[in-house]
Amino acid sequence: MVQELKYLKETASQTAGPYVHIGLTPNFCGIGGVYESDLGASMVNDETLGQRITVTGRVFDGAGAPLKDALVEIWQADAAGLYNSPSEMRGTADPNFTGWGRCPTSAEDGAFVFETVKPGRVPFKDGRLMAPHITFWIVARGINIGLHTRMYFPEEAAANAEDPLLARIEHRQRVETLVAGGEPPNYVFDIHLQGERETVFLDI
Amino acid sequence: MSDRQDTRPETGAFFARDRNLHPPALAPGYKTSVLRSPQRALLSLDGTISEITGPVFGHSMLGELDNDLIHNFAKAGESAIGERIIVHGRVLDERGLPVQGALVEFWQANAGGRYRHKKESYLAPLDPNFGGCGRTITDENGYYFFRTIKPGPYPWPNGVNDWRPAHIHFSIFGHGFVQRLITQMYFEGDPMIWKCPIVNTIPDRGAIEQLVAALDWANTIPMDSLAYKFDIVLRGRRSTLFENRPEGN
Repeated sequence: MVQELKYLKETASQTAGPYVHIGLTPNFCGIGGVYESDLGASMVNDETLGQRITVTGRVFDGAGAPLKDALVEIWQADAAGLYNSPSEMRGTADPNFTGWGRCPTSAEDGAFVFETVKPGRVPFKDGRLMAPHITFWIVARGINIGLHTRMYFPEEAAANAEDPLLARIEHRQRVETLVAGGEPPNYVFDIHLQGERETVFLDI
Repeated sequence: MSDRQDTRPETGAFFARDRNLHPPALAPGYKTSVLRSPQRALLSLDGTISEITGPVFGHSMLGELDNDLIHNFAKAGESAIGERIIVHGRVLDERGLPVQGALVEFWQANAGGRYRHKKESYLAPLDPNFGGCGRTITDENGYYFFRTIKPGPYPWPNGVNDWRPAHIHFSIFGHGFVQRLITQMYFEGDPMIWKCPIVNTIPDRGAIEQLVAALDWANTIPMDSLAYKFDIVLRGRRSTLFENRPEGN
């Protein structure tokens, strides 16, 4: 006999459904007066350090139609490469930057928009620097478990070329699915759930 | 706050997710998943600092009625119509440790199965005193609770005659962005649970049963509210003893 490994099992995921906005962005869907503002609607203020950027995009299904009922969350380092999190041990992040944003995709054209700053580089586990990136998490009706991915920056070709995560992508033509389009400071990051241009999603 | 929090935040990577307990992306019985499921394999990677960190939310952001759906949308002196219930439980991680300071958000239909959402067209009426959203933050023991009315079942255009069992949607933030979880809570004894194509996206019966809240008679408030207990388990976190050795992870 050996000692038992008594671990609990993670609660199973379920789809966020079509009415995710009621719970996570109630003001956006017309339920006013419960919360002052929707959580994650603003990441920056007038004091935030770094280069202001805009990240916009859409989430497409396997038939090429944009999802008009999805919810996107992002998480990123500040301009100096520090996370505004208690688990950040390398220093203190910019107190005027939340690092986290939440945006529903538009019911008209499916677009999401984040006003944020360009993140600094952060280290991989072996100390090598990763290229600047923003972590994305996507939920929606029809998505049974939230999808993790990352957005990288088109003007960071040298850093992207040595990025440890991008280097893991076996089919090299898929690397570009994680690199935003557009020009600094206005980036476009389209996410394709399925098909020819399918975005690389992470089990992380 | 517990000793654990007082000493030092944890910085280890999270246990790998057991995807056999979760629904697969493609579950054709749930029709919308057909075109919204990736077909390529996920790229697997041990968590980096970008994923093992995450935002925290302070109790100060909460309004007084944020965890009281019976009253947080109601006109003064009025309350939502329906079966008054308390939903409570703990947020734990896979190690059985409480996840303190976890943001728990929830949303649901009213007693008749009607959601307050512009895209919703079910003929059951809205309740003028019920909005359907709430939130709270777990205490130092990982404990949370809220007051609401029991949601009604709800028909949806999937199969010709599919109905969702009564359910409350939950969104949970732990301490790392990879603990992020959205799920649904069901009610003990509901015969519709086992007919539901969304429930049945989950291949593991035990994992489904973990989503069914038990009627908690002991915590029922006499002449006021029934109670249901729903514990939530997030991913566990490895120790950090050997996480940063320069010879490589």
